[in-house]
Amino acid sequence: MPKETGGLSLDGQGKPLWLSLELTYRCPLKCSWCNNPLDFEDYAAKELSTEEWKKVLRESRELGALQLGFTGGEPLQRPDLEELVAYADSLGFYTNLITSGIGLGEERLIALKNAGLKQIQLSLQATRADVTDALVGARAHARKLEAGRLIKAHGFPMVLNMPVFRQNIGMTGEMIEWAAGLGIEYLEFANIQYYNWALMNRDELMPTLEQVRDAEKVVQQWRDRLGKKMTIYFVIPDYYEGRPKACMNGWGAIHLTIAPDGVAMPCQEARVIPGLEFESVRDRPLAWIWHESPLFRKYRGLDWLPEPCGSCAEKEKDFGGCRCQAFLLTGDAGNTDPACSRSPRHQVVQDAVDAVARPLRFRKPLVRRAAGAMSTAFLET
Amino acid sequence: METIALSADARPRLSPHFMFRWEASQDAYILLYPEGLIKLNLSAGEILKRCDGERTVAAIVADLQAAFPGHGEEIAASVRAFVDLACDKGWLRT
Repeated sequence: MPKETGGLSLDGQGKPLWLSLELTYRCPLKCSWCNNPLDFEDYAAKELSTEEWKKVLRESRELGALQLGFTGGEPLQRPDLEELVAYADSLGFYTNLITSGIGLGEERLIALKNAGLKQIQLSLQATRADVTDALVGARAHARKLEAGRLIKAHGFPMVLNMPVFRQNIGMTGEMIEWAAGLGIEYLEFANIQYYNWALMNRDELMPTLEQVRDAEKVVQQWRDRLGKKMTIYFVIPDYYEGRPKACMNGWGAIHLTIAPDGVAMPCQEARVIPGLEFESVRDRPLAWIWHESPLFRKYRGLDWLPEPCGSCAEKEKDFGGCRCQAFLLTGDAGNTDPACSRSPRHQVVQDAVDAVARPLRFRKPLVRRAAGAMSTAFLET
Repeated sequence: METIALSADARPRLSPHFMFRWEASQDAYILLYPEGLIKLNLSAGEILKRCDGERTVAAIVADLQAAFPGHGEEIAASVRAFVDLACDKGWLRT
């Protein structure tokens, strides 16, 4: 999830400044913390065509979008990625590729560079091959390292993204050392957020508060050592914050995500919320969806906020937190995010935190993202 | 971290990987960089436009003083403040 950016006037004046295109949910990896929908495989047959994606790019640029992330799934699974990057670049977008690195050979990297790609965010889960490969369910480590080396060799700025959970949180220091050696400019420790596959595996993935604090200390030591050579982000999980995150800087404020089938969403998780009317760019103009649709208006602004948010002094800071998390943990997306200690339902978050810290508990194997696990396509006629 | 003031003969230029351009939909100059964007106010835009790695800080001040007459001291102070800040934030390099 994009973080707040220093210096940016976060008031987008009603424009979707940040556009995320989920080109596909197809991916060669099986990460247990994937934020794609559980029925991800049902989208493969419904993916937008190249021309349909180009229409999305035109319409969102007209709405004032500037930053663009090509994501997925694994966006490299789309053979038209280079064509879409070139088109987006010609429209004036700043183009970012968010990738696992699998499929990023030198030939494609050069083609992407020629297409005008500006930046690559590469994910890496561990500094040891056996750990990475076990976590992502594929022999990926060596290929990821090679992708990282190539990205730097071809002069791209790079964000290295390490999704953080209990299994790898002890490796933060080694990861920084490796990234510094490669000359990576930005390193992001993304404590995973608990939606979809990650929520299913939460008890096994969530680190203890002590582990989070230790990792934070390591990060701070390295920041002092490296100075301005590398920017290191470390965002602590909202379960431990006591205050909710300013999710997406508010619903329908500056973020717009398009799913593989063309459905427009305020964030990548919003489809977990039942009862909302999702609209596809195949059926409606994007300007109408963004400005007028009931979906984007539902939780936009501050007027809809429930108590205790409505009378809270911090409402303009966090907008009541995350709607998806409110739904997943309390059953109602219109509730205060239970990550907030002022939420009447904060106990559900507290219980999850307590469960993780319990010294003796039953351990379960991680459920891997896999085809066939959650498909509901057989129900459709 | 302390901000170190640049000397008048430093030649600031945009950091690599930063994109600086006019954006009509914002009616402003903007800076785009990995995972970030900054909308610049009018004076910041005018200063950054001149940070081309050729001109010195002193030359940028003189250039702006010629373009916007009658604000001599104010311009000198705000160029120094902005260039220091932009170097500190990593937007500019010398």
